Amino acid sequence: MTQFMGYRRPDGRVGVRNIVAVVSAMDNTNPCASRIADIVDGTTAIATPFGRTQIGHDFEMTLRTLAGIGAHPNVASVLVLGLSMTTANALADRIRPSGKPVEALGLQEAGSTMALTTEGVRVAADLVVAASEQVRTECAFADLIVAVECGGSDTTSGLASNPTVGLFADRFIDAGGTIILSEPAEFMGAEHILAERAVHLKDGRRIYKMVQWFEDEAKRNGVDMRGTNPTPDNIEGGLTTLEEKSLGAIAKGGSRPIVEVVDYAEAPSKRGLVIMNTPSAACESMTGLLGGGSHMIIFSTGRGNAIGAPVSPTVKITGNPHTAATMKENIDVNVSAIISEGEALETAAERLWDEMLKVAQGKITRCEVLKEDQLSVSRFGPSV
Amino acid sequence: MDKTVVMKATDNVATCLADMRKGEEAVVKIDADTRSVTLKGDIPFGHKVALTDIAAGGEITKYAETIGIASQPIAAGEHVHIHNVESVRARGDKA
Repeated sequence: MTQFMGYRRPDGRVGVRNIVAVVSAMDNTNPCASRIADIVDGTTAIATPFGRTQIGHDFEMTLRTLAGIGAHPNVASVLVLGLSMTTANALADRIRPSGKPVEALGLQEAGSTMALTTEGVRVAADLVVAASEQVRTECAFADLIVAVECGGSDTTSGLASNPTVGLFADRFIDAGGTIILSEPAEFMGAEHILAERAVHLKDGRRIYKMVQWFEDEAKRNGVDMRGTNPTPDNIEGGLTTLEEKSLGAIAKGGSRPIVEVVDYAEAPSKRGLVIMNTPSAACESMTGLLGGGSHMIIFSTGRGNAIGAPVSPTVKITGNPHTAATMKENIDVNVSAIISEGEALETAAERLWDEMLKVAQGKITRCEVLKEDQLSVSRFGPSV
Repeated sequence: MDKTVVMKATDNVATCLADMRKGEEAVVKIDADTRSVTLKGDIPFGHKVALTDIAAGGEITKYAETIGIASQPIAAGEHVHIHNVESVRARGDKA
């Protein structure tokens, strides 16, 4: 069993980072959260648009995502900001069961944004100092959840980087770990392959249903999905249809059985290969993967897409020799030798495994050091 | 290093692993067989070449799966892309 040095949390989960999160419960306290995170070293602002007057399933998804990020095992402790203590506590109360320190502050109670910033800096500084006492201990690598994502795809994605990620996924699952594959709109044309791999018949049906939902949306809007997917850069990179893109995209999920299908930002309850229902836009998808507890994200790119998620270290891998050269400072794992020198996929997957183990133990990713991260919680309905 | 690759034996397209020029031979290994077609035009890195003649409406096969249908007749050696292939999925424009 592969071990790594990680942070053990009160709820029994293990983390690969020791971040203090300053979470804004709604859009209206985002500037305060960002200001506090700018001042206090070791903190990360979790500030997303929307939140106020959201309703029903749409609001629940936002709350679940923000609570999931707060409770995330890469987060040591949390400061929640709200317009009032009521909204701050509504979110903080969903994070508290994780057992980690959670503080809440309200803007109206503090009096002004300057007062909230001052108080927030004081609280966040205390949290960071306390969190710095936590030390890494030996943990099982297989206790981690690794999400697989792609963006800026081209034909090298399906030939090189995604099959490499797929081999990693198989090996990680065989060791007892969990892999999350997302973006069902990009299963279109390949959904039968995944549905057949579902352990439970109901999950196979759900995979077809999720893809159908996206296909119906395209029809309802009267559009040829080709206008947006494949994207113009996908097409320049040689991908002709969404079906072709999908067949390359699902290679990231490897070949193991699908044990569970979860909703956006929902945490898996089983180990193995899990499917999450997210939109195809990388930032929205990664925010859901993060909310669902993914410890690390492997992001495969062809033409080049440099964005990552905060909190969950995002490892960039490319099989495109041109991108590997021009986007060098954004790429963690270069597997373009598969295309240019005939490197075996197995050797490339071995290099990815080694890199993931290093990142789990604290090696900083290109996205982390350059702060290439963006949160975007998916919306499925209007605010009222 | 091969300049073209075919994913599965039943595929009727191969992917170019380099910028290739009109008149160049695309050589692909399919299991024990080696086949070649002469390129009818320039094909950029990452783009596809037809390995056989494909009739209009015929399926384009890659990864041993259908990735679309030919919107016009495609001759062996031709560039296969959005100008001569259509997706059959999510076509709200045809609904």
